Amino acid sequence: MAKTRTLRTDYLARVEGEGAMLVKIRDGKPVDVKLRIYEPPRFFEAFLRGRRFTEAPDITARICGICPVAYQVSSVNAMEDACGVEVGPQIRALRRLLYCGEWIESHALHVFMLHAPDFLGYASAIELAKDDRALVERALHMKKTGNEIMRAIGGREVHPINVRVGGFYRAPTGHELAALVDDLERAREFALETVRFAAGLDYPQLEQDYELVALSEPDAYAVEDGRLVSNRGLDIPVSEYEQHFVEEHVEWSNALHSRLIERGNYLVGPLARWALSGDRMTPLAREAARDAGLGRDERNPFRSILVRSVELVFAADEALRLIAAYEPPEPSFVEVVPRAGVGYGCSEAPRGLCWHRYELDENGLILDAKIVPPTSQNQKTIESDLHGVVERYADLPDDELSLRCEQAIRNYDPCISCATHFLKLEVDRR
Amino acid sequence: MNVIGLGNEWRSDDGAGLEVARRVGGRQLDGEPVALVEALAAGSDVTIVDAVSSGAPPGTVHEFEAGAEPLPVQLFGASSTHALGLAEALELARSLGRLPARVRVLGIEGRRFDYGRGLSPEVEEAVERCTRSI
Repeated sequence: MAKTRTLRTDYLARVEGEGAMLVKIRDGKPVDVKLRIYEPPRFFEAFLRGRRFTEAPDITARICGICPVAYQVSSVNAMEDACGVEVGPQIRALRRLLYCGEWIESHALHVFMLHAPDFLGYASAIELAKDDRALVERALHMKKTGNEIMRAIGGREVHPINVRVGGFYRAPTGHELAALVDDLERAREFALETVRFAAGLDYPQLEQDYELVALSEPDAYAVEDGRLVSNRGLDIPVSEYEQHFVEEHVEWSNALHSRLIERGNYLVGPLARWALSGDRMTPLAREAARDAGLGRDERNPFRSILVRSVELVFAADEALRLIAAYEPPEPSFVEVVPRAGVGYGCSEAPRGLCWHRYELDENGLILDAKIVPPTSQNQKTIESDLHGVVERYADLPDDELSLRCEQAIRNYDPCISCATHFLKLEVDRR
Repeated sequence: MNVIGLGNEWRSDDGAGLEVARRVGGRQLDGEPVALVEALAAGSDVTIVDAVSSGAPPGTVHEFEAGAEPLPVQLFGASSTHALGLAEALELARSLGRLPARVRVLGIEGRRFDYGRGLSPEVEEAVERCTRSI
């Protein structure tokens, strides 16, 4: 007799935003896997039309409380592209430092508060904190340090207000940044401990054949800008994104699904960045990765927590390097005169690519806007991972299989608030 | 006494807690859990004001003492915009031994949480009542 099981989680915990998951299993095989994102669509793109080009960084920062810098940097990149302006190396370096702050606070939150409890068998970070206070204290220190960078450069930790098209309203003094160094050095030590901690976790088995897409720069681990590259030969400027990628609506989700026109689903985020430009991390981060046994061709999505930990080392190390080399940009911004045209911008949000396009009129009013957040790009790949997990672990009882599926979703640190411009879990097994 | 207001002023009545904090000179936070845990460690006697949506009449003020026992998760659990809700952040602080002995929590029932600024009249009245009681 055919046996059907349905796993259903109506509200997924420890992800940013609201979502649900449905898994249908027939005779031990997954027949239907859907990630549902039902936080209502966020009409930011429509909201931007008719606003001035200078307002985009502050408006788009509101899309997400975890990765506002990604939206700000991608939008200023796009506006500067539209207006034919290039900023100097000091402004770029300060943007990169601000972005390091966001990576540190976002990764520390995800690794310890949201993802580690899955690996250690805790329902939440609260139970984990009762048993291992020192571990959670270290996470809080890293998170706080990331927040401090964002406050020092962005004006405040959550929705920074100091970023403008062309640069910054005010550049921090060398003294203000030097005040971050002690906390950053401790955060870097804690990040190295985090890599050793993550290397010791017990990883579920899953190898997936991904197309990995990330930004790439010749001499640096790409964060705030770069070209779009993949492990299957994609190598394009960000302006050509729409010639290679499409977004589609699916009836079970409010978030659009992205795919490569020629090859289907793809993966963005830590695994992709590591595979495509891990050799351009700082020596300390590369050494930590090597000691942790992290291979360059990592295709087990559960190992993303290890890559994220290495990126924590990188971000703290890079932030210290940038502070040591800091020269305040003078002036703190380039004057940007609007012109009619289209501009494109992209940067590496902690979860992966955050791509923006804006069309401006001659007065700098926004005629059209398109924003592609990382989670909508990863949705199809999350579903394909869930297929893989269910196939491999179909013998587990429903509650354990559900937990394994949730863990697989959290591999992507999905930011559902961002993706609906959004989890519950349902397993149907017969 | 330390007063902490939580919320998002751009989501209508979600800004109620921030408005109370503004009126009494307290701290205004957006609910980011680490900043909240840090802010809690600063005092021995803390009042937190947040907006809630429980189905009670708008403007209802729910009052709890969280120093001794957890907050009801239905009212203060993670919402769509915070990875950890107020209830979880307080429990995290408790696990870490950082929760003050007295934590008074005022939850102001909102009417609307959609995009936009400004409070509903009932919520405005509740803000005034909370401000006076603090």
